[in-house]
Amino acid sequence: MIEFRGVTKQFPDGTVAVEGVDIVIPPHKTTVLVGSSGSGKTTLLRMINRMVDPTAGQVLIDGTDVATVEPVALRRGIGYVMQNSGLLPHRKVVDNVATVPLLRGTSKREARAHALELLDTVGLDRSLAEKYPAQLSGGQQQRVGVARGLAVDPNILLMDEPFGAVDPIVRAELQQELLRLQEELGKTVVFVTHDIDEAFLLGDQVVIMQQGGRISQAASPVEILANPADDFVADFVGARRGKRALHVTEVDGQRLVVDADGRPAGVLAS
Amino acid sequence: MNWIWSNLDRVGELMLVHLALSVPAIILSFVVSVPIGWLAHRYRWASGVLLSLCALLYAIPSLALLIALPVFTGQRATSPVNLVVALTLYGIAVIVRTAADAFDAVERDVLQSATAVGYSTAGRFWGVHLPLAGPVLLSGLRVVIVSTVSLATVGAVTGVQSLGSLFTDGLQRGIQAEIIAGILATIVLAVVLDGLTVAVGRMVMPWSRPGMEAARSSSASPVEQADAA
Ligand SMILES: Nc1ncnc2c1ncn2[C@@H]1O[C@H](COP(=O)(O)OP(=O)(O)OP(=O)(O)O)[C@@H](O)[C@H]1O
Ligand SMILES: [Mg+2]
Repeated sequence: MIEFRGVTKQFPDGTVAVEGVDIVIPPHKTTVLVGSSGSGKTTLLRMINRMVDPTAGQVLIDGTDVATVEPVALRRGIGYVMQNSGLLPHRKVVDNVATVPLLRGTSKREARAHALELLDTVGLDRSLAEKYPAQLSGGQQQRVGVARGLAVDPNILLMDEPFGAVDPIVRAELQQELLRLQEELGKTVVFVTHDIDEAFLLGDQVVIMQQGGRISQAASPVEILANPADDFVADFVGARRGKRALHVTEVDGQRLVVDADGRPAGVLAS
Repeated sequence: MNWIWSNLDRVGELMLVHLALSVPAIILSFVVSVPIGWLAHRYRWASGVLLSLCALLYAIPSLALLIALPVFTGQRATSPVNLVVALTLYGIAVIVRTAADAFDAVERDVLQSATAVGYSTAGRFWGVHLPLAGPVLLSGLRVVIVSTVSLATVGAVTGVQSLGSLFTDGLQRGIQAEIIAGILATIVLAVVLDGLTVAVGRMVMPWSRPGMEAARSSSASPVEQADAA
């Protein structure tokens, strides 16, 4: 379990990126931080592995204040996946996946063998192992990034817009893959995105952030749609418009569901 | 041309002497410049001062430097040490800015992700930042190689033997072929050293092969490819 208690981050230049955040991130579930650009999602995420230290408040992992944990050791125990994969361009795919085990002192042979298994796990062909990241497609690179994040079998996996830079088709594929993996592995995933559809698809808990790093609502997708905390949330999730403002209409005795623009979304099953 | 064939020994000998002057200077200037470049990259305030100092260094006339250096080194004016020191200083002047650029050019994302997965500060420098600065450092090194090999000839004027001695000797005795031999030998030396460096660079940085760029662009998303087309 990860817990934020009254967490504020003000950068030296005066920017308040996160203000007074209290949230509980439950274990073995996916929590998605969603909000527009600059709302403090990355800052919040990075306070978990001490890439950023809060200026007030505490971040606790299983009851331990992370401020008391040595940052390098802390990070080696937490998976991290970022946009553009963040792979090391000068290391082969297999060595990229093995990065953290090697840092932790696992033998090279063992680390590489395990890395190959991880390529299977994330659905990559082992023939890619000896290539360099630049020789892979964007989607393949992201998968390698996920494999690297999983390499030390961490309890916590932090993902910062991991699918933000790939085309929509590949993104959909990677999202399904993540759902499948999560079903299998049950990690505590904290996932950052600015795409509300992605948030609703992946999140057990969705945290909606607004400018200034405040949390508007943290709840399940169902709860958010049923009871948006305020107008900002309702507007942000588009509850009153487009493809989420559905209503039922009858055509030739069939009950159809149509969106706000009158486009059919489906048939109401009886 | 006859002169060259009958004096091949002499040319070969001077090439070795020339090599013995240039290589230490090249290595020294590289080894000294990399940390300076890193400081300039790391500390903004240092960057302006360091880079200007190095630019100034380059503005000192080489002959004046060679004549003045014995005062500081305590060596005889004809000692090769003076020349090596002078060449090193010029080498530093040539490469420091490139070294700073090399460190600047490494993607922030990659460095941040290295930190995020648990590299220590020192581990990140040696394992990520320095190797990724490698290709640009190498390009700087190549410039230093060529400029040092060429500049080393100036030592002949102050009595330090090198391929430059073929110029001074040829000029004094009016042997044109000797001057041409000196120029050719200098160029050959520079080209060979440069080629060797490129080969070693390929070996230690197989990931920076030119083909890799092509691989990167061909794996770009369909949208980008359409844009490029
Ligand atoms: N190192 C820093 N120094 C100063 N300000 C910063 C720093 N990092 C982030 N900020 C500021 O803090 C705010 C929140 O940034 P953050 O990166 O957390 O946003 P984000 O929600 O992740 O945005 P995006 O969706 O664009 O990634 C922004 O106003 C940003 O400019
Ligand atoms: Mg961000």
